[in-house]
Amino acid sequence: MKFGILLKEGPYNHQAADTAYLFAKAAIQRGHQVTSVFLYNDGVYNATKLMDPPQDDRHIANRWSELGGEGVAILACIAASKRRGITDEVLVENSEITGLGQLTDIAIDVDRLVTFGD
Amino acid sequence: MEDAKKIMHIVRKAPHGTIYAYEGLEMVLIMASYDQDISMAFIGDGIYNLVKDQDTTDIQIKGFMKTLGVLEDYDVEKLYVDAESMEERGIREGDFFVPVEVLTSTEIGKLMTEQDVIVPQ
Repeated sequence: MKFGILLKEGPYNHQAADTAYLFAKAAIQRGHQVTSVFLYNDGVYNATKLMDPPQDDRHIANRWSELGGEGVAILACIAASKRRGITDEVLVENSEITGLGQLTDIAIDVDRLVTFGD
Repeated sequence: MEDAKKIMHIVRKAPHGTIYAYEGLEMVLIMASYDQDISMAFIGDGIYNLVKDQDTTDIQIKGFMKTLGVLEDYDVEKLYVDAESMEERGIREGDFFVPVEVLTSTEIGKLMTEQDVIVPQ
């Protein structure tokens, strides 16, 4: 099955950021396709490389970056990013800023759009 | 629009207090420009988005009621409201500033099963 993921919460603050990632990994492991992770609302904070968590904790942005390197599009909404100071300069590798039109294309393309949020 | 996907946005949050409802509306407006079959279901505190005479001056937030009022211009005409949520909050249909279709939770649930995509806001 072809999945798209919509993540609406910030990293560390909310379980959604972790569950979305674990879902994506599990789906791929089971042989499904995850085309993209679209970051919306505070979810755009997932893509900032400026985060610097304690070393014994998971690094959420790097985790998304690795997933991006495996071919999953990591996309931050431009309108939500502009409000929150997320720019191309702070984006973690293998992620990009894009528009809500892209989310619409994803919603049309995938078999299931799965939302993680509050 | 044979190929149009049925996309339902579920508005669950009050209009103020968090940005979910406002950014959710921004998403609806963009998706509406893609010629899809868009609907919105207002449930729980989400129904407060539709209550007329809101004034956000004192909380220094730009209100978005005007935008909600022009959804029709974007061909977003399917606005469903959960009757039970209205009952719980003492809200009547006359309190809304846009025409809506009031449905039971069961009816809204049935509509949800008919969608291709559901986006909880």
